[in-house]
Amino acid sequence: MPILEVRNIRKSFGNNEVLRGVGFTMEKGEVLAIIGSSGSGKTTLLRCLNFLERPDAGQILVNGEMLFDAEDESIHNEKELRKKRLHFGLVFQSFNLFPQYNVLRNVSLAMELLAKERPDFKSRRREIMGEIESRALALISRVGLADKVNSYPYQLSGGQQQRVAIARALALSPEILCFDEPTSALDPELTGEVLKVIRSLKSSDSTMIVVTHEMEFARNVADKVIFMADGLIEEEGTAEEVFGNPKSERTRAFFSSLSER
Amino acid sequence: MSFQTVTKVLLQGFAENCVIFAVTLLFAIPLGLIIAFGSMSRFWPLKWLTRTFVWVIRGTPLMLQLFVVMYVPGLLFDVTMPNRVLGIPIDPRMFSALVAFIINYAAYFSEIYRGGIESIAVGQYEAGQVLGMTGPQIFFKVVLLQVVKRIIPPMGNEIITLVKDTSLARVIAVQEILWIAEEFTTVGLIWPLFYTGVFFLAFCGVLTLLFGFIERKLDYFRG
Ligand SMILES: Nc1ncnc2c1ncn2[C@@H]1O[C@H](COP(=O)(O)OP(=O)(O)O)[C@@H](O)[C@H]1O
Ligand SMILES: [Mg+2]
Repeated sequence: MPILEVRNIRKSFGNNEVLRGVGFTMEKGEVLAIIGSSGSGKTTLLRCLNFLERPDAGQILVNGEMLFDAEDESIHNEKELRKKRLHFGLVFQSFNLFPQYNVLRNVSLAMELLAKERPDFKSRRREIMGEIESRALALISRVGLADKVNSYPYQLSGGQQQRVAIARALALSPEILCFDEPTSALDPELTGEVLKVIRSLKSSDSTMIVVTHEMEFARNVADKVIFMADGLIEEEGTAEEVFGNPKSERTRAFFSSLSER
Repeated sequence: MSFQTVTKVLLQGFAENCVIFAVTLLFAIPLGLIIAFGSMSRFWPLKWLTRTFVWVIRGTPLMLQLFVVMYVPGLLFDVTMPNRVLGIPIDPRMFSALVAFIINYAAYFSEIYRGGIESIAVGQYEAGQVLGMTGPQIFFKVVLLQVVKRIIPPMGNEIITLVKDTSLARVIAVQEILWIAEEFTTVGLIWPLFYTGVFFLAFCGVLTLLFGFIERKLDYFRG
């Protein structure tokens, strides 16, 4: 069974139809790269998966469970939605760290808030908080920031901030981790450290969707590549297929426009 | 009359100013937050009602509002202001003054809060949402402290203005410090009137230090 199945997602903003029927499936441990020119709907697609936008039509299934169905009103309960979000994680282009918390608390906050809802939280408080802290510390060293645990976001470089954001997104163990152009707000010399972290997640069997303009990275890391144009999937296939032998005229045009830069 | 006697009498007047100051803050700070939420509501009748209210309050003089609260309930509705609240005896004129000040300052505070809340990037809310936080969790754990940091300077300004505005209560015969000082002129003493400035200066000086302290306390992060 696929870990993620997206069926026929449509989304309009006013008269602007941004997604015009997008569907794909992913297997566990796969890395999917989504490429395409600006305005083609990549961000909107990730936002739909994370329930930050509500699609007008379509379905989203995780492990065969229907998480979202535009036809079924009963599925849109706010409370349920919150739990469903936890299947997905999202790393934003602009990091969006919490400025008033240090690195450790940025990573541990969501775990703490969730733990407080556990029935045994009161009786096992110390133990649970201890577990959360060690998990947060482990995630922070995994992204290579063990020496920055007590720093505040403004004291970090963009690349370091984005790595904290990745640790924060991993904290709740999402089944599918989405990245929206994780390096495009960074200076070129900082993109490498972030891409390295993402690459390391691949070897630990995370399922990931990465929207990116880093074609080298997509080619080397992605198992599957989707090229989007005008709210539709114009072409999809393995990295070798899409990069090595693009079938669509638009895909070829996109690649040549990149190499002209 | 000796300097000490005058100081003592003026201090009694200034106590009235301090009561207006403290009670106004106590009620206007939370009431302002409720008004701010009203003015940001997605339910448009509530939004326009609160915004109209804020416009009227900010668009008319506080002195006029004092007169309205003092006289209109009695003239139109035959309501008299209470002389006791929760068992505490209170001068009805003082009660009217408090009502006017609380409403007036709550309206100003609400605009400061609204500005602060609306200045927080949507990305902060969205980061909380994708981490499975509830609306209240996002407000209290993510947004609130950032808002507090941003509104401390304008709140400091407004609160220092309140210190000086308290003397407006004299227009409905609350015997605050300026009222008392003016009475000294009837016995030929003019200097107590100028001396009142020292009381206001001292009070505002303390507040300036306090706000500077809070600002430094929140200096550990940016954003
Ligand atoms: N909240 C929104 N309201 C209105 N239009 C939007 C909104 N979000 C995105 N759009 C529009 O949707 C289109 C696709 O945007 P986006 O998904 O960000 O594309 P991409 O990430 O591929 O650059 C753009 O034309 C953009 O202007
Ligand atoms: Mg985008």
